[in-house]
Amino acid sequence: MSLLTNVSRLALFAVLAAPAAAYPSPAAAAAAPAKVQKVAIDNFAFSPQVIVVPPGTTVTWTNADEDPHTVVANDKSFHSAAMDTDESYSFTFTRPGEYAYFCSLHPHMTGKVVVKG
Amino acid sequence: MGHDHDHAHDGRLNRRDMMSRCAGWAGTAAVYSVAGGVVSSGGLDAALAAGRPAIEARPFTFVQISDTHIGFDKPANPDVRATALQAVERIKALAVKPNLILHTGDITHLSKDEEFDTAKQILAGLDVPIFYVPGEHDFLDEGQGKAFLAHYGRGTQGLGWYSFDHQGVHFVALNNVAALKPGGMAHLGEDQIAWLRKDLSGLPASTPIVVFAHIPLWTVYEAWGWGTDDADQALALLRRFGSVTVLNGHIHQILHKVEGNVNFHSARSTAYPQPAPGAAPSPGPLRVPTEQLPSMLGIRSARFVPGREPIALIDASFA
Repeated sequence: MSLLTNVSRLALFAVLAAPAAAYPSPAAAAAAPAKVQKVAIDNFAFSPQVIVVPPGTTVTWTNADEDPHTVVANDKSFHSAAMDTDESYSFTFTRPGEYAYFCSLHPHMTGKVVVKG
Repeated sequence: MGHDHDHAHDGRLNRRDMMSRCAGWAGTAAVYSVAGGVVSSGGLDAALAAGRPAIEARPFTFVQISDTHIGFDKPANPDVRATALQAVERIKALAVKPNLILHTGDITHLSKDEEFDTAKQILAGLDVPIFYVPGEHDFLDEGQGKAFLAHYGRGTQGLGWYSFDHQGVHFVALNNVAALKPGGMAHLGEDQIAWLRKDLSGLPASTPIVVFAHIPLWTVYEAWGWGTDDADQALALLRRFGSVTVLNGHIHQILHKVEGNVNFHSARSTAYPQPAPGAAPSPGPLRVPTEQLPSMLGIRSARFVPGREPIALIDASFA
């Protein structure tokens, strides 16, 4: 079970998976359309603040503020680099559960990803 | 002076190296005495055992600069390097040369190596030792603070806190931007507060104290995280002193608060202004007309005179 931590790695994985389609492999199944959910970071808030997604969803946060922000899981299960304006961070949630997170620069900014099958 | 002016702590490198080599430095304060012009240092335990040496209190000027945000390039100020250089020019033009400078953090905008390097180059133009504390923008690297500590951590404790004495004033540098808790404000943490307790113990209550930290140590505006959730524990340790000056940055504007003998002051940025508490949907950079920007950026000078409390502060904007 691989956890992809940014959009470019997701794209690379999809490219590498394509030639492997000739062989039966789990990679072929993973290349099926991925579930994607977007969260905007705007005015020092995550929007939507709480999202509910099925397992296997890739959530992409994009920063619209002129200040950088980060996305850090309360339980440290994911931790983005600093996102400057218009930069993004993605994480694929494979396990059901509730993932509260916050911005480590501005900890009053909080959000939650609820993963439900 | 002719020697290398890399002023992370280098302006006081000999003292700082001495501090780090003092037996029992970890968790204790270093105490300096000046006698006949000779500086000697010793661990706090030794000082307490010997009876605390008299520290000669003499008048001096120091400067606070804050929030240089090297690397920021948005409309609120497309050239933060130029405005940081204005701060350097202003400091050079002061009538009385400061003995030292405090930088209350957000030296860089994104903790990138080139940003730390550019900041050093700009501030190297000052022939004065500079003491730094990190802002949250300085703890953004993959190592979550390792970059800042590589540049400015020498001689510090834990995640970058330390203290030093200068001509009778006890300066305390705190880091309240590491290990922030979800939903909280800034945070000092148990280790740092325990260190502060030891650092202050044994100091006479008449010792003037200057505390500097990035995020305000009083609650300016909780909804924007403008405060430190365990600052009250630090304040409890400081209350017995006759003169405590707390200097902060982070909010890019000047606000004050007085609590007994403790005087809190936030400072202007040299990079860009931010809105007054609650005056905007969020605390992001505030765009003002270009001709107005210099009046919202600035530096602060402080004049210590033994026996005159609190320490006199003069804020100077760039216009």
